[in-house]
Amino acid sequence: MFAYAIRSLAQGLLVLVAVAFISFSMFRFVGDPVANMVGQEASVQDRQELAERLGLTDPWPVQFARFMGNAVKGEFGVSYRQGRKVSDLIKERLPATVELAVLSAAFATLFGVLFGVYAAINRTGLGSNIIMTGSLVGVSLPTFLIGIGLIFIFSVELRWLPSFGRGETVKLGWWTTGLLTESGRKSLILPVLTLGFFQLTLIMRLVRAEMLEVMRADFIRFARARGIPERAIQLRHALRNTLVPVVTIAGLQLGSVIAFAIVTETVFQWPGLGALFVNAVQFADVPVMAAYLMFVAAVFVVVNLTVDLLYFLLDPRLRSGAKIAKGH
Amino acid sequence: MQNPSPTPTGEAAPSPSRWARFLDSDLFFAFKTSPVAIASFILSVVMIAAALLAPLLATQDPFNPAVLNLMEGLTPPGVTNEFTNKSFLFGTDPQGRDMYSAVLYGTRVSLLVGAASVVFSAGLGVVLGLMAGYLGGKTEALIMRIADIQLSFPAILIALLVFGVARGIIPPAQQEEATLILLILAIGLSNWAQYARTVRGSTLIEKNKEYVQAARVIGRSPFLIMLKHILPNVMGPVTVIATINLALAIIEEATLSFLGVGMPPTQPSLGTLIRIGQQFLFSGEWWILFFPAITLIILALAINLLGDWLRDALNPRLQ
Amino acid sequence: MKVSKTSLWAALIATTMLVGAAEARTLKWARSGDSLTLDPHGQNEGPTTALNGHIYEALTERDHTGKLLPALATSWRVLPDDAKVWEFKIRPGVKFHDGSALTADDVVFSYQRAMQPTSDFKGLLTDVVEAKKVDDLTVHIVTKGPNPLLVNNTQQIHIMSKAWAEKHNATKAQDFKNKEENHSVRNANGTGPYILVSREPDVKTVMKRNDNYWGKGAVPHGISEIIYTPIKQDATRVAALLSGEIDFVQDVPVQDIERLKSGKGLRINSGPENRTIFFGMNVSKDDLKSDNVEGKNPFADKRVRQAMNMAINRSAIQRVVMRGESVPTGVIMPPFVTGWTKELDAAPTTDVAAAKKLLADAGYPNGFSTTLHCPNDRYVNDEAICQAAVGMWGQIGIKVNLVSQSKSIHFTLIQKNPPETDFYLVGWGVPTFDSHYIFSFLYQTRTGSAGSWNATRYSDKDVDAKIVSLTTETNIEKRNATIADIWKTLKDEAIYLPVHHQSLSYAMKDAFDIPVDVSNTPKLKSVAVK
Repeated sequence: MFAYAIRSLAQGLLVLVAVAFISFSMFRFVGDPVANMVGQEASVQDRQELAERLGLTDPWPVQFARFMGNAVKGEFGVSYRQGRKVSDLIKERLPATVELAVLSAAFATLFGVLFGVYAAINRTGLGSNIIMTGSLVGVSLPTFLIGIGLIFIFSVELRWLPSFGRGETVKLGWWTTGLLTESGRKSLILPVLTLGFFQLTLIMRLVRAEMLEVMRADFIRFARARGIPERAIQLRHALRNTLVPVVTIAGLQLGSVIAFAIVTETVFQWPGLGALFVNAVQFADVPVMAAYLMFVAAVFVVVNLTVDLLYFLLDPRLRSGAKIAKGH
Repeated sequence: MQNPSPTPTGEAAPSPSRWARFLDSDLFFAFKTSPVAIASFILSVVMIAAALLAPLLATQDPFNPAVLNLMEGLTPPGVTNEFTNKSFLFGTDPQGRDMYSAVLYGTRVSLLVGAASVVFSAGLGVVLGLMAGYLGGKTEALIMRIADIQLSFPAILIALLVFGVARGIIPPAQQEEATLILLILAIGLSNWAQYARTVRGSTLIEKNKEYVQAARVIGRSPFLIMLKHILPNVMGPVTVIATINLALAIIEEATLSFLGVGMPPTQPSLGTLIRIGQQFLFSGEWWILFFPAITLIILALAINLLGDWLRDALNPRLQ
Repeated sequence: MKVSKTSLWAALIATTMLVGAAEARTLKWARSGDSLTLDPHGQNEGPTTALNGHIYEALTERDHTGKLLPALATSWRVLPDDAKVWEFKIRPGVKFHDGSALTADDVVFSYQRAMQPTSDFKGLLTDVVEAKKVDDLTVHIVTKGPNPLLVNNTQQIHIMSKAWAEKHNATKAQDFKNKEENHSVRNANGTGPYILVSREPDVKTVMKRNDNYWGKGAVPHGISEIIYTPIKQDATRVAALLSGEIDFVQDVPVQDIERLKSGKGLRINSGPENRTIFFGMNVSKDDLKSDNVEGKNPFADKRVRQAMNMAINRSAIQRVVMRGESVPTGVIMPPFVTGWTKELDAAPTTDVAAAKKLLADAGYPNGFSTTLHCPNDRYVNDEAICQAAVGMWGQIGIKVNLVSQSKSIHFTLIQKNPPETDFYLVGWGVPTFDSHYIFSFLYQTRTGSAGSWNATRYSDKDVDAKIVSLTTETNIEKRNATIADIWKTLKDEAIYLPVHHQSLSYAMKDAFDIPVDVSNTPKLKSVAVK
């Protein structure tokens, strides 16, 4: 297992390099930062000079090599848009996104499993039909529309919750949190609902489907035959076996949550990495785009690694399976 | 249907008769007796038909800017326009486009983008997932790392990449037409890894079951084992994902257009129409958002319900 | 051009209701983008200038109508014996926020700083040879040749403290090649009406009233605290105003104006902006790749351009796309600019039949097809304007493919050398309020230093010579005659197809009355509070 982890880690590093390579090769398609960095009075000459100073006129393998050289040292340069160190920007924006993503994922997993189990156990009940239909309506709406709809209802009409931003935040070292103030907690509600909703429906449907399958399995029949109470079978035996694919998807979703946060953060003016990235793309702010993509890739690598390892812990059969696979 | 209790001999039975038997009895019977299935089936068929027949049903060609009259813009549903004395069932958008025609054509575009990209990504994902799970070793490592890379890229970025490269290759005059194919490629390429991972996970479990090991022992080729034994057993989760992904793909197109790279407003999909319509959420021109949004919801709902039911009905272990 | 300081300020005082300035009143202000940097010379960009203008000031300023007023300079003139030297008298008794006094040294330093390669304002000062201190309150700015227009550029060059910049190692604007952040990016020490309290870029900037402001008593200065929060999404920004979280919103979507007008306790101020929206096209003789005409360029034919100009139904665009928030025009020059006349501004009447005939005369009875590039995140409803125009050209047989994309890509197409677009939409504001600014960027032949926005490939030696002559012509009458002459030629050529002057709307709680600023840089010191 240790060897497996080491190998996965090495592969993860390769992924990072590949992501850097691909993302770097597409930057020139996003636009020209120089167009945004100078005022409208700048002459053709001025633009050319700036492009040369930034090294944007170099062939892109040279630019890529320079970027990787700096990235290894943890150096991402300064943002073309804001003139600030990219590492500072990432550090500053990270807490907002992590808080949003973790709470959304927790919300989605908790309610997704709850509703999914409920809908599987009471397969034909009214409640489960409502849940299933509601989830379908939910996945049929684009995230940005859900966000704007929530703002319209809860901010404009009812005036219960703020429509944008994080509210008051408290500094804990370099970390900032909105959980310790009332306005911070209120500000979290709508973005968390918006971001988590999609994942919730996905997890819920998956739990239901898996659970229904597991409930037909032989070992459940044996358990029933042995006279174990239905509730105990459902929760102890069925749910446990349902969790393998659920962990896969939920784990993968944590990555998507961070990626999807792009839209949610844009709608709610949430000062996280996603909003930083959207602004960077619009400005063609290459250093920030590169750093963000590396960051997201790193998160995915870690998440994937964790999911792989959890597989081993949750499904004992896989441990021998992996050995067989390697025995080829 | 009886529990297949998979044994090598049972699985080796010729599949056409089994498929025919399936259609003859159980599936059709289940369909007949499920009002949800019938309703969602009819709805889906009606909407697909409407989309296919859009040129016949529409009152104008909403993709031809020359037939639009700007002065007819923002006419509410059923109200007579003060300049041209025309009225429109679903009203008009700010360009004077008849929303009824736009929704018909938009459904067509959305369905096409959704279906084509799901077929593309599911096909790719299943093949790669099976190979990774069954063959293991270097193949698995390679495929799964590529999947990781794909997953590391938010869909929007893959779309941007595809668009950017396309901009370099395709002459500007054809770019508008090419957007549809680009979207299918972009959305398809940004979703296959999910299938691959899930299929691989299930394959890892399935391939150690007795019936597969038995098939291997009797010398069946890996290709046949994957196709005949493992594939049917991993289709459950794939159906769930594909079902959701059909609606998801349609919505991803909308999100892409929200961020600026979806179908152009001159050839709007439902997603583009919703993106345009959401600008009028506060201003009282509700019909510009309402009709595409409600169409999208009904479409996705019908497809999802049908998919749900199909999955339960096709899954022998749930009978 | 000497301006009497006393008469102006007396007039201002007389017309202004002076309220007890001590009352605490916070204004929460939102617009779509944040200031990019607090550095006074870092970014020559709208939202940056608008925010920074509350902290930093220049020798001169423009009021919301665009009128040039004295600010840190009390008076200015061209030296009678040397037309190449401008003399500025510095306002005495002005203090920076850190308490130090403003002197000629700071002014000279700031001009030098603005002329450095990393400054984004050097383009405004290309004619300047040097800035010289004469005495503590007098500065000379020396230009290469006589430059009658220099003072128009001074309101954009903010003055910072030399000592402060030196102390914090910020004597240059941010060099993006550097790996470290310049101190001036998030810190500021100006002379302006508001003092920076805190700044979180893209999130929130807090400023408090400068109670030692030199203009205290002359301006209402009613707002005691400004909290500036950028909100990118239109719907969210409007929602924040409707829900009461924000007091003042810029960049109000035109379709929401009606709803906001009827909102309780809300006020909408609208007015023209110093910006004109228009289409440009490649008028060179080269065959274009972006059209289906072989061997020639249809846009090179004046009749084709005139036909396309005639096909645009400007009043329909104004009415439906802009909801009245625009003024249709026939010239690419906002009405505030020297050289503007009613005759030039008149747009051709929409006439589809005549346009078709012109096209047929030009040899395109069945029209042709081409590609239009359009930004979708820069001007008010830019994409919708393009879409509407595409339909109108379709009605005279010209099939236009629309490619709309983000401004980062769009503007690059125009600025690339040679340009990578043959047909595009662009908008132009004129910060100097003078026609020369339009000529030199949009009509002059593209060379190293001129015509940087001229992607039309239009190049006329006579016109170029006339444009250049404007920069040194000191006789106002003669100069105006040349301007009129140039416009006459250009209007007839129909190089650009003007659409409209863009209007601006500010929405706010009715406790505030913030007038629309033609440059879209609201000046909150001149706001009284009820």
